[in-house]
Amino acid sequence: MSAIKPVNQKAWFLILPVILCVAFSAILPLMTVVNYSVQDIISPERRVFVGTEWFKAVMRDDDLQGALLRQIAFSLAVLVVQIPLGIALALSMPARGWQSSAVLVTVAISLLIPWNVVGTIWQIYGRTDIGLLGATLAALGFEYSYTGNATHAWLTVLVMDVWHWTPLVALLCYAGLRAIPDAYYQAARIDGASKFAVFRYIQLPKLRGVLMIAVLLRFMDSFMIYTEPFVLTGGGPGNATTFLSQYLTQKAVGQFDLGPAAAFSLIYFLIILLLCFILYNWMQRVGTADRSEAEHG
Amino acid sequence: MARIELDLAHAYRPHPQRDEDYALLPLKMTFDDGGAYALLGPSGCGKTTLLNIVSGLITPSQGGLRYDGRDVTALSPQQRNIAQVFQFPVIYDTMTVAENLAFPLRNRGVPAARIKERVGRIAEMLELSGQLNARAAGLAADAKQKISLGRGLVREDVSAVLFDEPLTVIDPHLKWQLRRKLKQIHHELKLTLIYVTHDQVEALTFAQQVVVMTRGRAVQIGSASELFERPRHTFVGNFIGSPGMNFLPAQGLGGGIRVAGRDFATPLPRLADLDAFTLGIRPEYVRLAAAGAAGAVPGVVTQAQDIGTYWLLTARLGEAADAPLLRARLDPEQAIPRVGDAVWLAIVGAHTCWYRDEELIE
Repeated sequence: MSAIKPVNQKAWFLILPVILCVAFSAILPLMTVVNYSVQDIISPERRVFVGTEWFKAVMRDDDLQGALLRQIAFSLAVLVVQIPLGIALALSMPARGWQSSAVLVTVAISLLIPWNVVGTIWQIYGRTDIGLLGATLAALGFEYSYTGNATHAWLTVLVMDVWHWTPLVALLCYAGLRAIPDAYYQAARIDGASKFAVFRYIQLPKLRGVLMIAVLLRFMDSFMIYTEPFVLTGGGPGNATTFLSQYLTQKAVGQFDLGPAAAFSLIYFLIILLLCFILYNWMQRVGTADRSEAEHG
Repeated sequence: MARIELDLAHAYRPHPQRDEDYALLPLKMTFDDGGAYALLGPSGCGKTTLLNIVSGLITPSQGGLRYDGRDVTALSPQQRNIAQVFQFPVIYDTMTVAENLAFPLRNRGVPAARIKERVGRIAEMLELSGQLNARAAGLAADAKQKISLGRGLVREDVSAVLFDEPLTVIDPHLKWQLRRKLKQIHHELKLTLIYVTHDQVEALTFAQQVVVMTRGRAVQIGSASELFERPRHTFVGNFIGSPGMNFLPAQGLGGGIRVAGRDFATPLPRLADLDAFTLGIRPEYVRLAAAGAAGAVPGVVTQAQDIGTYWLLTARLGEAADAPLLRARLDPEQAIPRVGDAVWLAIVGAHTCWYRDEELIE
């Protein structure tokens, strides 16, 4: 054994600025939310500790349950449509030459548009009097109305999100595809693999890493979606496109129910954390689990 | 299995004008059925291009190639029925070892029972039987490369198996084992094997015939001893052997020849009439000689290194700073001269080769 290391606690001072910054910007605001969630604050002088009362109340709220179910359905639909579509798009993009640059720029355009502008674009695009999409559908004989028909509104929000965010999945997959060494494709040709076999056994397994990032990003973003449906439909008709964050905003800013809103914020946060954790672990395991139990037994 | 005849050239850019535009200069050669060949040369000499042309991954820009007399220039690797193993192990991550080995057969619709039999046999040959049900992605680099190898060998009707520097990523001690395995496989299966490498030891131990390439040209095709004893090109003399061949400028004097300031009787009648040519002698054949002995030149030792099984002696032939250097491999049993000693070294004899414009004079 060498000499015992001298004990020196001065190092703590070095991380003190970081602790202060994080506390000021993240921990204290979050604690404010916790503070609101367990008290009924009538005025700065009059406050009552209510324990888990607000949590119980929001969990029993029918509107919230409706919003949560809609939200889960929406996020699932987003993943089911955008991930396969993004992969297909990436596979059909040219790999080199000026065409690849041109396609990359074109594909990325929708990612550069601010959220509320996307909402506005689609709001106009879907109008049957002056919008290209709405007018076309109307001309074809559909009674399309995203403001009047709940299904139409829901589908329009979904298609808008697909339009807005599928390019992100495509770009991630494109990068993943370019990282596959040529030797794999050459070996597949030598082995007589079909195009589908190349996709199934080379491209898809090699895309696992970027797909995991794509799924997590799209899940989190779609689960927190606010601006675009707010601009497009305002949550309507009725509650048809009121997703969780909009419900929360109505509670906190609209009705000023800070207690229930705070309680629900925490639940919202935990739901996202839990679902991401489950998704991440599932995707880590899929395709890598050893089929022979004896190997690790 | 097939006899492969090549008569082709390849350039990656259109309309090649000069020699430098070609990745592979016009080349005519034959790989005999069941032979073990090596393509040897430094990086960028065109050996991988040649291999990819043989397998069908690249179509030559001029000429073509035949398998057993059948023109296959326009055919794909599948149609040519070629197997190829690449520099870095290529395995299918999501499959087990057995599924990896079965993949080329499954793609060709071979019956399941036959696949099982072939996979079992190849796994046994490559000592992979114990890992057949393990996931291929988790294995070490050498096991992965064995799987790549196995996928190449699992089809019994292949025209040829091509290797593109397959041992690059393998640890040295395993390299030696795998190389022996390859030789054994060649012996058992009697397949046509073509092996690309820049490692002369690998090439010379693996192949019956070695094709030495440089700058897009196949400069010599021969057995290990031919390449060693009679390099047909100065590049071969330099590239094969450790260290490579010594080259000394020489000139014809009408009656005799002059090398390093000493006059000799001409060993080949033609040499006496040449203005300038080159003497080549392997360090293994340079001997210490008595002062003034026939075929010897004087020099001063500038370096003497103990390489373990032999001494490597470097001598300067002449006083000038740009005087040529001569290296000799000496048996450690004899007395080794020290740095600064004046020595006489025999360089003209039965093993001496003569070159003009880099080509051997015969």
